[in-house]
Amino acid sequence: MLELKNITKTFFPGTVNEKVALNDVSITLNDGDFVTIIGGNGAGKSTMLNAIAGVWRPDCGQILIDGVDVTHLPEHKRAKYLGRVFQDPMMGTAKDMEIEENLALALRRGKRRGLRWRITRAEREQYRELLAGLDLGLETRMTAKVGLLSGGQRQAVTLLMATLKTPKLLLLDEHTAALDPKTAAKVLELTDQIIAEKKLTAMMVTHNMKDAIVHGNRLIMMHNGRIIFDVSGVEKKNLTVETLLEKFSQSSGEEFANDRALLN
Amino acid sequence: MAFFDWLGALPGAAAQGIIWGIMAIGVYITYKILDVADLTVDGSICTGGAVCAVLVTSGVNVWVALAVATVAGILCGLLTGFFHTFMGIPAILAGILTQLILWSVNLKIMGQANLAVPSRAFKVLIAASRVPKSLLVLAGFMIVLIAVLYWFFGTEMGASLRATGSNIQMSRAQGINTELNKIFGLALSNGVVALSGALLTQYQGFADINMGRGAIVIGLASVIIGEAVTARFAKNFAVKLLGVILGGVIYYFVYQTVVFLGLDTDLLKMLSAIVVAIFLAVPYWKKRYFSNPKKKEEKRDA
Ligand SMILES: Nc1ncnc2c1ncn2[C@@H]1O[C@H](COP(=O)(O)OP(=O)(O)OP(=O)(O)O)[C@@H](O)[C@H]1O
Ligand SMILES: [Mg+2]
Repeated sequence: MLELKNITKTFFPGTVNEKVALNDVSITLNDGDFVTIIGGNGAGKSTMLNAIAGVWRPDCGQILIDGVDVTHLPEHKRAKYLGRVFQDPMMGTAKDMEIEENLALALRRGKRRGLRWRITRAEREQYRELLAGLDLGLETRMTAKVGLLSGGQRQAVTLLMATLKTPKLLLLDEHTAALDPKTAAKVLELTDQIIAEKKLTAMMVTHNMKDAIVHGNRLIMMHNGRIIFDVSGVEKKNLTVETLLEKFSQSSGEEFANDRALLN
Repeated sequence: MAFFDWLGALPGAAAQGIIWGIMAIGVYITYKILDVADLTVDGSICTGGAVCAVLVTSGVNVWVALAVATVAGILCGLLTGFFHTFMGIPAILAGILTQLILWSVNLKIMGQANLAVPSRAFKVLIAASRVPKSLLVLAGFMIVLIAVLYWFFGTEMGASLRATGSNIQMSRAQGINTELNKIFGLALSNGVVALSGALLTQYQGFADINMGRGAIVIGLASVIIGEAVTARFAKNFAVKLLGVILGGVIYYFVYQTVVFLGLDTDLLKMLSAIVVAIFLAVPYWKKRYFSNPKKKEEKRDA
């Protein structure tokens, strides 16, 4: 499904700020894998997702999605394979556009955008149903500007947008981190539901170890730009926060340092 | 007596206002929709005027002249877009560079700094000596332009342009070629601006190398005035565009009034610039000094 081969990315090379954000990372995802990703601050989790999304080119290495080499495809061309939800709820939607316009933009991901009308009546019905499914009352506000919505509502809409046109791979970067606990739980539940329904392959970064254990079928831990731990199946199911922390100090020789993770 | 002179000058001011309002729609496309500050307009409005003047005075049909002028404006926008995207130059600087290039180009097009297109000698669509007919023709241009833009920004492609201006990261994540869209928007905007330059040349009966100086400020002023006037009821995009034209007309009414009050018109550009500066500062001041107290509390809790 997804193959990362020896991806390395260094920011500010040759300066005092030089930072090896990804250090020879390789991983292969199988169809239907739902991988949760944990790691300390600056471990390279976001950087890995950005590399896959094509925000910039890696220094070296190769990225394959379903056997297609996308290493040199620009971000907007890779978008047809990917659904993305960001940590910042403001980032995934266009605030000056209506809810239904945002969804219509997302439905056309990977298609040529021509001079047809931007949204059709049939689509509207589809959106109304999907929004009703969120249970946030948005189905009656479809022509409201997204900027009027709360962070949680926007994140839910972003999640819909990311999966409206079924992506080959769903990338979630701490997409519940900016939400209050109740909303976060709801968005997470919605995430599970959509991934299960559409049988998506997904990668979800989280700072919550419990969430990382409970959700998905595979867990990876990152540290200093490397994947230091990768479990799946029964072994993953039987993980506890304690064993994870232990694993971490074993593999890295350090204490687990993620302010937010330790709060949980 | 002076009052009636003033009144009598209003239709002419309205015609000028519509022409500058059309230019302001070009500014609206980049500044409001695409979220790019494009300074090309000071040059491209003159390019439109110069091309139109040269073609009309050499006997070319005025409609053809308008079309070619518009295409010339599109090319100006493409150049700025190329500087901005392909060469990675910040938008403002890219616009200034094109503006400077156009200064030379416009002089070369006209062969001199000023080129007369007297309406007595050439067949033109509008002229200051025929205000009623000009108003009618300009209203026609205005309606067609607004209709076309309303349609375009309602299409898939138009929506992708609006998305690019609203949230560029999201647009890329949704597979939109944001660089291409910026180039396209700049080209479209400067096409409209050059069209208004061609109209202005016909109306005033000449093209002049300085005719675009400060156009961006007049454009911004019109956009701001138009927004202020129509804010309450302008939810519809077409009404917003109409508001921009209205902004241009109001701007010219004020100009006319200043003229009649005997104030120094040389000061008007300075005044417009100051007014625009204050209006641009308002949102910033609001955020800074009148920010929502609720949010502050939330932060304290955290
Ligand atoms: N665009 C960028 N430019 C410069 N440095 C960057 C950039 N993106 C990431 N980095 C650096 O790369 C390192 C890895 O960052 P990354 O954002 O991947 O961490 P993370 O694992 O997502 O951490 P967090 O839990 O804080 O989100 C950090 O040192 C970060 O400062
Ligand atoms: Mg991160």
